[in-house]
Amino acid sequence: MFLIHCPYCGEREQSEFKAGGEAHIVRPKQPTELSDDQWAEYLFMRKNIKGVQFERWVHAHGCRKWFNIVRDTSNDEIKAIYKMGEKPPTKYK
Amino acid sequence: MTNNLRVKSSKFIDETYKISFKFNNKTYYGYKGDTLASALLANNIHLVGRSFKYHRPRGIMTAGSEEPNAIVQLHKNTSRTEPNVRATEIEIYEGLEASSQNCWPSVNFDVGGINNFLSPVLPAGFYYKTFMWPASFWEKYEYFIRKSAGLGKSPTEPDPDIYEHKYIHCDVLVIGAGISGIIAAKTSAKNGFKTLLVDEKPHLGGSTIYQNLEHFKINNQISSSWLDKEINEIKKIDNLEIKIRTSVAAFHGYNFLLARENLTDHLPLHQRNEKVRHRLLKIRAKKVISATGSLERPLVFDNNDRPGIMLSSAIEKYSNLFGVACGQKNVLFTNNDSAYETAISLFQKGINVRAIIDNREEVDSKLVKEIEKNNIKIYKGYTVVNTFGYKKINKISIMQLSKDGQKVVGSKISIDCDCLGMSGGWTPAVHLFTQSGGKLKFRDEDQVFIPDTYPSDQISIGSCNGEFTLDEILSRISKKLKDFLNIKKTEYENLEIQSNFNKTKRNIWLLPSDKIIGKTKPFVDYQNDATAKDIKLALREGFRSIEHVKRYTTTGMGTDQGKLGNMHALGIISETAGSKMGELGTTTFRPPYTPLTFGAIVGRNVGEYFDVYRKTPIHDWHVENKAKFENVGQWKRAWFYPKENEGMHEAVQRESKAARDSAGILDASTLGKIDIQGTDASEFLNRVYTNAWSKLAIGKCRYGLMLNEDGMVYDDGVTTRLDENHYIMTTTTGGAATVLGKLEDYLQTEWPELDVYLTSVTDHYATISVCGPNSKKIISKVIPNLDLSDEKFPHMSFKNTKIDKVKCRVMRISFTGEQSYEINVQANYGKSVWDKCMQAGKEFNITPYGTETMHLLRAEKGFIIVGQDTDATMTPIDLQMDWIVSKKKYDFIGKRSLYRSDTIREDRKQLIGLVTENPKEVLEEGAQIIADANKSPVEMLGHITSSYYSPNLEKSIALGVVKGGKNMMGQKLIIPMENKQIYVTVTDPVFLDKENKRLNA
Ligand SMILES: [Zn+2]
Repeated sequence: MFLIHCPYCGEREQSEFKAGGEAHIVRPKQPTELSDDQWAEYLFMRKNIKGVQFERWVHAHGCRKWFNIVRDTSNDEIKAIYKMGEKPPTKYK
Repeated sequence: MTNNLRVKSSKFIDETYKISFKFNNKTYYGYKGDTLASALLANNIHLVGRSFKYHRPRGIMTAGSEEPNAIVQLHKNTSRTEPNVRATEIEIYEGLEASSQNCWPSVNFDVGGINNFLSPVLPAGFYYKTFMWPASFWEKYEYFIRKSAGLGKSPTEPDPDIYEHKYIHCDVLVIGAGISGIIAAKTSAKNGFKTLLVDEKPHLGGSTIYQNLEHFKINNQISSSWLDKEINEIKKIDNLEIKIRTSVAAFHGYNFLLARENLTDHLPLHQRNEKVRHRLLKIRAKKVISATGSLERPLVFDNNDRPGIMLSSAIEKYSNLFGVACGQKNVLFTNNDSAYETAISLFQKGINVRAIIDNREEVDSKLVKEIEKNNIKIYKGYTVVNTFGYKKINKISIMQLSKDGQKVVGSKISIDCDCLGMSGGWTPAVHLFTQSGGKLKFRDEDQVFIPDTYPSDQISIGSCNGEFTLDEILSRISKKLKDFLNIKKTEYENLEIQSNFNKTKRNIWLLPSDKIIGKTKPFVDYQNDATAKDIKLALREGFRSIEHVKRYTTTGMGTDQGKLGNMHALGIISETAGSKMGELGTTTFRPPYTPLTFGAIVGRNVGEYFDVYRKTPIHDWHVENKAKFENVGQWKRAWFYPKENEGMHEAVQRESKAARDSAGILDASTLGKIDIQGTDASEFLNRVYTNAWSKLAIGKCRYGLMLNEDGMVYDDGVTTRLDENHYIMTTTTGGAATVLGKLEDYLQTEWPELDVYLTSVTDHYATISVCGPNSKKIISKVIPNLDLSDEKFPHMSFKNTKIDKVKCRVMRISFTGEQSYEINVQANYGKSVWDKCMQAGKEFNITPYGTETMHLLRAEKGFIIVGQDTDATMTPIDLQMDWIVSKKKYDFIGKRSLYRSDTIREDRKQLIGLVTENPKEVLEEGAQIIADANKSPVEMLGHITSSYYSPNLEKSIALGVVKGGKNMMGQKLIIPMENKQIYVTVTDPVFLDKENKRLNA
């Protein structure tokens, strides 16, 4: 069980948080303009890689705030944490 | 029998404190300090159980938690009885009762022993190959397998003991209190780190503490005396907490560990009352030092499992620590120097050692010389090829090894013995290290896996790190601790160490025999009866991965998780398959390291705390009025209120009729309530619901349907506009938390520009719904100054008002199709408002109804229940709810998905109503729906989602989903049941009052 540093509350145990899948998938502004394939790309396609992954997490049993985590899925090492709307750190891309 | 098995004992045994205990119903005596195993051995009992598959007699083999054979059933009484307890770990106490497992009818006469003679037909994979086919026979096999295999008995009554959980945070956790752990803990604590030292045993000092040979000295003191002083010192350090009888079960990432502290298992029963038995420690350590030691390896040769065959180190421990001689004619069999240490310990205590069989041809360490000096015969370059004696070893035969160690040569020599100690070298206990995500490397020179890369802030020291000799450990520990703890110096930098241990070893995983392997039984995993032969068979049959071989042969799958035999299994695989050990890898060591009790796992979360439930403010009234309850999420909801002899059906029929004929009352407090405020609240609702919200007037209510982004119905409920920028949303009871979560997600991540705030207020209000033709009269009595006229207070609107002096919100909304009022009042007034309504409704026979009647009433109206009539594959179009999907809105959650190629298919399952040909026949929810019973295979068109007998319509009604159902109105379909077919007709899902006249009646 890892420790997560909530950007609003500080370090807390993983059990207080919920993972919300891959980060930086923006909901299309004009869904009606999209083809079925383009919409499906947004709706269904998610990465699940072994290695450094950008993820959304929420402090579900705390401040209820969403934020982003850069995590190495092979060893659960958290490389960076940043708030929603902030630019992702470039060095892990 | 014989009493002189007790030898001059150590300080760990209190000979003035005699304890009686029972083993297999016979009374024996031991001393305070004994384990069950040491006490049995002192009584000359080796045979303690039968093996799992062949039911071979098995004896005590080790002196620790790695014990594979001596597992017993503890306690007779049905609430405390406990299976699979290791006799080597349980400390005896007055009144202890233990019995053998895996034997029926008794350990000395065992019916399953016949398997031993059948063993040629019980090879690896036997269970898979035989008992899996034909599947229908499994029940018959199972009965006999369970009866004769016996995995112990579970208690049949609730556990009377108390357990608890505790969180511990520390700077440094040291696991293992052997010499390395003691040094590490002292160094850490003395440098200001808040330190926790744990050890699974009841004493500190590991194996060094009973090491009394002149051959091992520190600063010119015998190592045990030196360590004793260290132990006395650490007990006085303030910031060092020491926990004995505490076994680390799991080492997770981020230095999070679980340990079980055993507090009362060693106490006489009468001293345990009201005390916590086990405490599960949840430890967060900034740094972890593993000093978990190592396990001695057995040797793999024919019939290496007879009672009396033990680990050499165990024999030494029984003699030095417990003052017990395991045999009077001891023979030791080794491939390294360890057995010589045992031999010297034994003869120093006056215990006879007949001979030492050593795989090595050339040996000349000081230990060996001392043995030679004492005229103990050493057979150098020899191996044991067979052992004899059914219930206890009485003889071995040995032969010389060929130069390459692959064969035996020369003639056989027989040696009488009553105890055989084996030493195959040592295996670092890296289990916890690998659990934490650590990677191992293989050290060829002595064939061990040792820690390589660490996944967190931790180190391994001492023999768990492959440092097996005193000088290796002590010469390295200082630097390691300085680096790890980032300190300048330690008090262990210039120790003077004497260690006469020679590290040479001749490693042969499977020792050769004069017989072909098929005729031998060289056990690798004692508990699961897996032999080297089985492993070779698995390889011949094509298994290559260690994980597959493990499962096929069941090697390492017992309660000991292969602590002794896994390395040999790997060795034999690598030798047979010609692959390198280092490349083969190991099997995964999974938590727990030693088994945990269920009690420790659940702690205080038992009884009413096991699965806590939520109660409405009116809950006590429901209990008093004999309601049956239904679980909805964590809530307990009143299900129905049976009167006198009523069953559920009668009660629900009565409640349903009363609600439509006069008045019903429902506790709806469990509905989720979300308070929504902000200048963009209307726009927000526009985006999350399928219908339009901007034009909803203040004081009005509207039903809304919420979709997932994939277009499927997610939740529904009524939302009320309280003010310009203030709404209150209701959700389904079960969906409250997830809906709030989903809305927060969109607000924070997709639409942060919206000025909207969400607050869960589910628990803040009690919600009381009064419905039926007389509801208006009842409410007018409860709230006399509220104008209830249809003009002033129409359907789908709300009023702020007061009952006496208590503010409340009254919504005129309906889930039953009847005229109905929903009073929302601060939760702590809920019960009194309910009482007022009951009082006011008395003259109208106001009838409390539960969730079942609510479901029936709404089904008569064709209202869906999300999660019952929908299952995350239903769009609003599928539900024939096109009317609620706005065509004008540019976007809302899920809109684009409603015209994907898949969601516009005409033959999707769609919600329809069904009536039976025989109006009395009620369909089963979940039943399949077909059109043609003669078609092969029969095409399944859909299933029943809701079904009731409607007392108001006096007929059976059902809702269901059917492929292309929308265009099947009036069509006949079939519900195939086990012994009949039920004919139904497709109808509109609204069965009652299509024109909604009753809402304003
Ligand atoms: Zn937080």
